[in-house]
Amino acid sequence: MVSFKKPNLDSFQERIHIATLFVTFCFLILVTRLVWLQLVNHGKYALLAENNRIAIVPAPANRGLIIDRNGIVIGRNYSALTLDVNAGEIKGNVDELIDEISQIVLISPRDRRNFKRSLEDSRKMGTFPLRSMLTEAETARFMANRYRFPGVEIRARSFREYPYNELASHLIGYIGRVSLKDKERMQSEIESAKADDPDALQTSFLPGIQYVGKIGLEQSYESVLRGSPGYDQVEITAGGKPVRTLSSSPSVPGKNIVLSVDIKLQYLVEQLYGNFRGAFVAIEPQTGDILAFVSKPNFNPNDFVEGIDSVTWKELNDSPQKPLYNRPLKGIYPPGSTYKPFMALAALETKKRTPSQSISDPGYFDFGNHTFRDDKKGGHGIVDMQKSIVESCDTYYYLLARDMGVNMMHDFMKPFGFGQITGIDLKGESRGILPSTEWKKNTFKKPEQQKWYEGETISLGIGQGYNAFTILQLAHGMANMANNGIVMKPHLVKAIEDPFTRNRTLTTPKESYRIDLNQENIEVIKKAMVEVNNSGTSASVFKGTSYQVGGKTGTAQVFSLNSKEYNHSSTAEFLRDHALYIAFAPADKPTIVIAMVVENAGFGAQYAAPIARKALDFYIEGKWPKEIPEWKRAP
Amino acid sequence: MEKSAISKAKKLFFSIFNGLDPQLGYILLGLATVGFITFLSASQNTPVRFGDELRNLALSFLVMWTISRIPPKWLEMAAIWIYGIGIALLVAVAIFGLIKKGARRWLNIGLIIQPSEIMKIAMPLMLAWYFQRREGILKTWDYGVAAIILLIPVVLIARQPDLGTALLVFAAGMYVIILAGMPWKWILPFIGLGAFGIILIVIFGNTICAPDITWPFVHNYQKHRVCTLLDPSSDPLGKGFHTIQSMIAIGSGGFFGKGWFQGTQSHLEFIPEKHTDFVFAVFSEEFGLLGNLVLLALFFALVKRGLAISAGAPNLFTRLLGAAVTLIFFTYAFVNIGMVSGLLPVVGVPLPFISYGGTALVTLGFGAGILMSIHRHRRLVQS
Repeated sequence: MVSFKKPNLDSFQERIHIATLFVTFCFLILVTRLVWLQLVNHGKYALLAENNRIAIVPAPANRGLIIDRNGIVIGRNYSALTLDVNAGEIKGNVDELIDEISQIVLISPRDRRNFKRSLEDSRKMGTFPLRSMLTEAETARFMANRYRFPGVEIRARSFREYPYNELASHLIGYIGRVSLKDKERMQSEIESAKADDPDALQTSFLPGIQYVGKIGLEQSYESVLRGSPGYDQVEITAGGKPVRTLSSSPSVPGKNIVLSVDIKLQYLVEQLYGNFRGAFVAIEPQTGDILAFVSKPNFNPNDFVEGIDSVTWKELNDSPQKPLYNRPLKGIYPPGSTYKPFMALAALETKKRTPSQSISDPGYFDFGNHTFRDDKKGGHGIVDMQKSIVESCDTYYYLLARDMGVNMMHDFMKPFGFGQITGIDLKGESRGILPSTEWKKNTFKKPEQQKWYEGETISLGIGQGYNAFTILQLAHGMANMANNGIVMKPHLVKAIEDPFTRNRTLTTPKESYRIDLNQENIEVIKKAMVEVNNSGTSASVFKGTSYQVGGKTGTAQVFSLNSKEYNHSSTAEFLRDHALYIAFAPADKPTIVIAMVVENAGFGAQYAAPIARKALDFYIEGKWPKEIPEWKRAP
Repeated sequence: MEKSAISKAKKLFFSIFNGLDPQLGYILLGLATVGFITFLSASQNTPVRFGDELRNLALSFLVMWTISRIPPKWLEMAAIWIYGIGIALLVAVAIFGLIKKGARRWLNIGLIIQPSEIMKIAMPLMLAWYFQRREGILKTWDYGVAAIILLIPVVLIARQPDLGTALLVFAAGMYVIILAGMPWKWILPFIGLGAFGIILIVIFGNTICAPDITWPFVHNYQKHRVCTLLDPSSDPLGKGFHTIQSMIAIGSGGFFGKGWFQGTQSHLEFIPEKHTDFVFAVFSEEFGLLGNLVLLALFFALVKRGLAISAGAPNLFTRLLGAAVTLIFFTYAFVNIGMVSGLLPVVGVPLPFISYGGTALVTLGFGAGILMSIHRHRRLVQS
């Protein structure tokens, strides 16, 4: 066994020295560490501390109002208390949280679905409303239980509201929550804006944008209506509790848009359509102001604002009536006989006909081995240009079409806007089809299909064949004729209004171009169209007007009847003819033109013209039809 | 007449300090001042009251003053009893102890106490007593006995589980054993092994921290602490959060600090336990590197003075006890600052005289009292 030397003071002193060295060494390590943190990396940690401390809280901007031409507000905001859930603070099961909250505040299955959908859409970032428009009692109950739900708060929020519900839904459109796709798109828009002008401040603070226009004017005027959200720099605790506001950048509210649309006229027409489907466009020819833009049936845009529930969505989508389809903008129809005045004008301008030149109509026209029939058995007899319009003689136009040829018709009609994008301030406009040999060559694949056959030209004269236009184009064409060839771009928005000063800036009622037309020729056509309503196809409808109306009825075949007789009542509803009508009034100095279609209704004079008559009576004389409920201003 | 009354009162007041080592006194006063200043800032928006801290400081002073009056001989005689009671309480904890946060560390004897705290002082007392008794006849197996005396409480504490305290108690005992003259040829291999282990952990951190690997003898949460230390960002919102946030607090303090009451990290609740274990982060953020150097200098001076007192102590018991107590102070400070600045794993160790907490301050006062007593009684014993 080894015995150690007795520990004496010397050996203890020695160990004390070693201990001192050890302690010194350890303190040096600490000093090094502190120098590393506090001197070398001070900048980095200072930044981290600053980021820790400051949160950016977006302050949403008030969206601009949508106002009709007479100052009636048809898209507005209201404030209501909302139960907001911060998605980042949800711990555990979302359903369990909602179950617990629903014991205090009513949560409908629809609220639940919407909330969960927004959660999924957003990958759980941000704050989402679980329930809006809380009652006072609910608010009080929730506040008493608030401690149980971290991350759930009651806030006053601004909501979009369309006070007239379905009215004008297709032109107003609606807003919805920003989706991830919207966010990405806006991000790239902002970046390209910055690239164009590096000095420009960040045009928008993305996290502050919660809603975006999805369709209609809400979509096309998004940048005007939205404004720019502001934000507060807020000092927050580790738990995210705000302590104080360090700085704030106020939001800039969006601007109001003032429509050219007369919402009372719009309302009247929508009522007049009743259960019929169709499209109706009224334009002020001198300005291009669209006075009414009707698509029937329509839908309630309020359903979409906070996310539409799946049942309603399915109903809207599956309905054979296609209520979501913007008919005047996208629906293409053969213009039928409403094309005849344009054809007649073309004949005069191209000198293929004079007004007095007449044909003898046997009731049909044979071309090749095909017989083109007139709708009047036995024919109209001797037909000059005015009579061809007043009585809507098909044979006159079969011959005219043959004499003009497809390309001449195309070249004449193109500047009127047929088969062209009108440039209206809505997205998704259909181009339609204004046929030409060139068009056919470009459209079809097989060589034998690309060839234009002479026989195809004939039915173009009566607005059938390949002709397919939107009601907007038809109205635009009518406006161009009524305006004596001066083309105004059709638009729904007249002016942008500053929400504070109420100063209005006109948008673009500028002349696009002029069609070089002989005024005498236009007068011939206008006179003939006035005669249509005096003694022609729609004379009975326009009996007793204090003003003169030019018009033209049309009936468009939905499918080819071949040689069979058309029988309205025995034909399945969706296969029945479309009733069309175009009009301008007052005839001497038109302030309104109309183009319309009533789908599957039958003859234009019977179903479309009466609607036009009542619309004109109201617009020109202020006469309100008895059978239509009075217009009531929304509270 | 009046004058003499005042001077009498003065005399009476200052007589309280008679026999206290002035150097040690000033150092402790300095530390307590830093602690109090920091406490004022750190305790803002916490339910802890200013009066409590004053009471704790007073209590700590009272314990220190009382112990300083007790001759070391008495401590020597009480050593085995204190140790024995401590062991008995630890056993009682193992059987009847209260469980909080998954650990069985507390005992309810009218008031709730944590017996492992007693061991922090009892351990060096007991071992110093043992080596004093064996002085001159020390044999190899005496180290074996010392090891048993050391390991019984360490194992009991480690099983609670309270690895932090167990390591501190172990360190306190080891200081005595090493200072008592444990041969270097036995010590160096341990130091080498320890260093080697640390290097291995740092190099192979990624491998051994893989989630499916469990470490022998170690709880999962303890493994987690070491692993988050190696890479705090691996768990930025969990265990690593505290380390990251306290490092941010220290780093953002810079050289001069953000100023008293101006620490954003501390006042916006990013610092956990900001008035107790993590109080150093608050101090660092507000007083910067400059303040830290002053604080470290104070601690260094404390260690130097403590070791000097021990070196001048009359017998082996007082020398070992004084040096061990001093090194415990050092260890607390080093481990605490190391942990708050992200050098060491997070273990519950207070910063001596700075952290808020009654028990710790009393224990520290007790230790300081021992040093004072050794200093006060050196001549008496020698003569």
